[in-house]
Amino acid sequence: MENIIVAAALTKSFGPTQALDGLDLTVRAGEVHGFLGPNGAGKSTTIRILLGLLQADAGHVEMLGGDPWRDATTLHRRLAYVPGDVTLWPNLSGGEVIDLLGRLRGGLDPKRKADLLERFDLDPRKKGRTYSKGNRQKVALVAALSSDVELLLLDEPTSGLDPLMEEVFTTCIEEERQRGRTVLLSSHILAEVERLCDRVTIIRNGASVETGTLAELRHLTRTSISAELASPPNGLAQLGGVHDLRVDGTRVRFEVDSNQLGPVLRQLTTLGVRSLTSQPPTLEELFLRHYQDELTGSQPQGASR
Amino acid sequence: MNALVGTGGLIRLILRRDRFILPAWIVLLAVIPVSYVSGIEELYPTAAGRAQYAATSGTNPTFLALYGPLHSTSVGGLVAQRAGFLPLIVGLIALLTVIRHTRGEEEAGRRELLGSTVVGRHAGLAAALIVTMTATLVLGLLSGLVLTSGGLPASGAFTLTLSWTFAGWVFAAVAGVAAQLTEGAGAARGIALGVLGLAFVLRVAGDVGGTGNELSWLSWLSPIGWAHGIQAFGGERWWVLVLSAALAAVLIAVATAVSARRDVGAGILAARLGPADAAPGLRSPFALAWRLHRGLLMSWTAGFVALGLIFGGVADGVGDMVEDNPQLQEIFARMGGRGGLIDLYLAGIMGILGLIASAYAIQAALRLRSEEANLRAEPLLATAVGRLRWAGSHLVFSVLGPVVALLAAGATAGLVHGLNAGDVGEQLPRALGAALVQLPAVWVLTGIAVALFGLLPRVAAASWGAFALFLFLGQVGAVLGLDQWMLDVSPFTHIPKVPGGAVTAEPLLWLLAVTLVLMLAGLVGFRRRDAAVG
Repeated sequence: MENIIVAAALTKSFGPTQALDGLDLTVRAGEVHGFLGPNGAGKSTTIRILLGLLQADAGHVEMLGGDPWRDATTLHRRLAYVPGDVTLWPNLSGGEVIDLLGRLRGGLDPKRKADLLERFDLDPRKKGRTYSKGNRQKVALVAALSSDVELLLLDEPTSGLDPLMEEVFTTCIEEERQRGRTVLLSSHILAEVERLCDRVTIIRNGASVETGTLAELRHLTRTSISAELASPPNGLAQLGGVHDLRVDGTRVRFEVDSNQLGPVLRQLTTLGVRSLTSQPPTLEELFLRHYQDELTGSQPQGASR
Repeated sequence: MNALVGTGGLIRLILRRDRFILPAWIVLLAVIPVSYVSGIEELYPTAAGRAQYAATSGTNPTFLALYGPLHSTSVGGLVAQRAGFLPLIVGLIALLTVIRHTRGEEEAGRRELLGSTVVGRHAGLAAALIVTMTATLVLGLLSGLVLTSGGLPASGAFTLTLSWTFAGWVFAAVAGVAAQLTEGAGAARGIALGVLGLAFVLRVAGDVGGTGNELSWLSWLSPIGWAHGIQAFGGERWWVLVLSAALAAVLIAVATAVSARRDVGAGILAARLGPADAAPGLRSPFALAWRLHRGLLMSWTAGFVALGLIFGGVADGVGDMVEDNPQLQEIFARMGGRGGLIDLYLAGIMGILGLIASAYAIQAALRLRSEEANLRAEPLLATAVGRLRWAGSHLVFSVLGPVVALLAAGATAGLVHGLNAGDVGEQLPRALGAALVQLPAVWVLTGIAVALFGLLPRVAAASWGAFALFLFLGQVGAVLGLDQWMLDVSPFTHIPKVPGGAVTAEPLLWLLAVTLVLMLAGLVGFRRRDAAVG
C-alpha cells in the first residue's frame, strides 16, 4: 500500500525546548491514522512540519510524494488542515471564511458545504469575533471537510465540540474513510481514536513509542476479568501474566496480559465458572501504561508547538 | 455583589502585564521636555534671541499647527510650545492602554475568565482607568520635577506637565466609553482615535491662524486645546484644568452607566450578521487583505484629506504674516519673499505629513506579524497560498497605502491653497510633488518593518522605535544641535525641500535602494524561517 506520509527520525527544537526527538510516522493511503499523545508531546509541531510551516532540524519527511518544505504550495492543493487553535478574522463571517479557504485550496463542494453546515448546526452569517470556541472549530471543520482534497490533517479537531457534535464529527470521518480519503487525526481523546482509527501512532516527549493497528497494540494491554467460581481460586496467583488479583471468597477480579488469556481461562474452567465478565483492553489503559512514569512524577519534556 | 470587588487584583494584573511598557513611556515622556530646556538655553541664551525666535519660528503656522500657540518668550514658554505635541501623545497612549485592558481583554475572552472569579462588573473598567490615570499623573509629577530641577519655575513647570496629565485623563475616559460601544477592540480603538483626531484637528484649526484669529474659539472645543489654553509659563490659568477634570468625570460616569446595562462581551452597537457565502471575488490572499486593510486605508486617507485642507487653507496666510511684520520682511526677502516663505512652509508641512504617513506604512506592514502571531496566517499558509504571495498581499497596502494618503493630502492642500491664491494650475502640481517626494523615506519604514518581520519576528514591533527615532531626529534634533551624521540617520533628512528647493535624484534613489535591500532581506528571511510562530 502506498504511503501518504513518511516521517523518519524528525527532530525539532525551539531554543532550549526539544519539541521533537526522533519522531517516526507512517500514514498509508486511505487509512484514518490516529496520532495520540498528551498535550505537549509534539503533535502540533509534527503537523506543522508536514505543512511546511516549520522546518525540521534533522530527519526525513515526505508527504503525498513531495517535500513539505520545498513543495508546500503544490502539496497544499491536495490537503486540508484544521488547526488545534482556530482563530478567525473578526470582521469576516463564518461562511466567508469557509468559502475563502476552500477556494484557496482549489475547490469546494457547495452541496457538501450546505449539508455540513446543517449537520454541525452552524450559522455561517455570524462574524468571526462572535463565534464561541466550538463554533470556530466547526467553521474550520466545515471548510476542511467540504474541500475537494485527498488528505485531511486534523489537529485535535474535536476540542471545544459538545458530545452531540463529536458524534456528527465521527460520522463525517467515517464517510471520509469510505470515500478513500486519508486522515491524520491527532488527539488526546482515546475513545475518539479507538472508534475512528485504523492505525495509531503514540508519541511522548517528541518521539514515537508505539505504532500499529489497534489489534497489534492490544498485545501490550491487559484484559480485565471478574468471575464467580465454584471453588476457591487456588493456583491462580501462580500463573504468569496475572496482575492485581483480588479474591473475595469464590469471587475473583484480576487483570491478565492479553497474550496469557488462554492458560488463565483454562485454569478458571478447571475451577468451575459460575459467571464471568471480561472487558477488552481500552486504548486508555494502553496509553496509561506508556505514560506511567510520567503520571508518577516526571515531567514531559516537549512543547505543544 | 459590590461592582468594584476585585479591582485591586486586576490593577496588579495590569501592572504585571505592563511592567516594562508603563515605566518606559512614563520615563521617556518625562525626559523629552527637559532635553528642550538645555537645547533652548544653548541656542537662545538671551531674551532678545528668544524674542526673535518667538517672532519667527514660534509664530509660523507650521509650528502653530504642530505645537500650538506660544504664550511667553521665557525659556519655559519656548519649552512649553516645543512640547506642544505631548498632550496628543499622552492622550494616544492613555486611550490605547485603556482599550487594551478593557475591550481588548473582553474580545479575547479573558475578561470572561476573570468575570467568573470574584470580580465586580465595573472592576475591569475601574482597574484600567485607575492604572492609566495614575500613570499619567506620575508622568505629570515626575516631568514637573525634572523640569523644575532643570531650572524652570515650578509653577509653570507643573502647570505644563499637569496639563498633559489631564489630557491623558480625558482620553482615558473617552476610551472607557468607546470600549462599551462595540464588540471589537479594533472598532472601539477606531472610535476613540477618531475623537482624538477630531480634538487635534480642532486645536490645529483654532491655533494655526495665530493668537486672536477669528477661528481661535475652535481650540476651546478641544481637550487638547485646553492643554494649551492653560498657558504654562505665560500667566497660568489653572481653572482650565477644571474643564478637563469635569469632562473626564462625566465620561467616566457615562462609561460606568453603559457598562452596567450591557452583557459581558456585547457592545451597545450591535454586531450585524454577515453574508452566508463569500462574494465571488473573495478568492485570493489579496482579496482577503483588502477586506482587512480597507477600513484602515479609508480612515488614513480621510485624515490626510482633513490635514491637507487645514494646512493648504492656511498657506496663503503665511505670506500675510510677513507683510504685517516689517522687521521680518528683510529676513524673509533673503528666503525668497512671500512666495519663498510659502514654499518653505509647504515643504515643512509635507515633511511632517510624510512622517505621519510612515506611521501608516509601519502599521500596515506589521499586520503581517499580527496575522501570524494571532495564528490567522496559519490556515492560509496551509492552503495553496505561498508565503511570498501572502506577505505581498499585505505589503501592497504598506507600500501603496501611503501613496494614496499623501496623494489625497497633496491634492487637497494644493487645491485649497491654489483656490486661495487664485492659481490652482500652478499650486496643485507643486503641492502634489511635495507630498509624493516623501515616499522614498516613507518606504524605508516599510522596509524596516518587513526586515524585522522576516528576520526577527518577535521584535517586529521595534519598527515603531525606528519611527520614534526619526520623529525625534526630525523634530528635536535641530533644536538640540545634533551633528549632521546623526540627523542623516533619518531618511527624512534626505528628502529634498520642495517646493522651492532643488531636487536631485541621487538621495531618492539611495533611499529606494535601501528600501529594496531591507524588503528583500525580510522576505528572504521569512521564506527561510519557521512560520506561524507565536
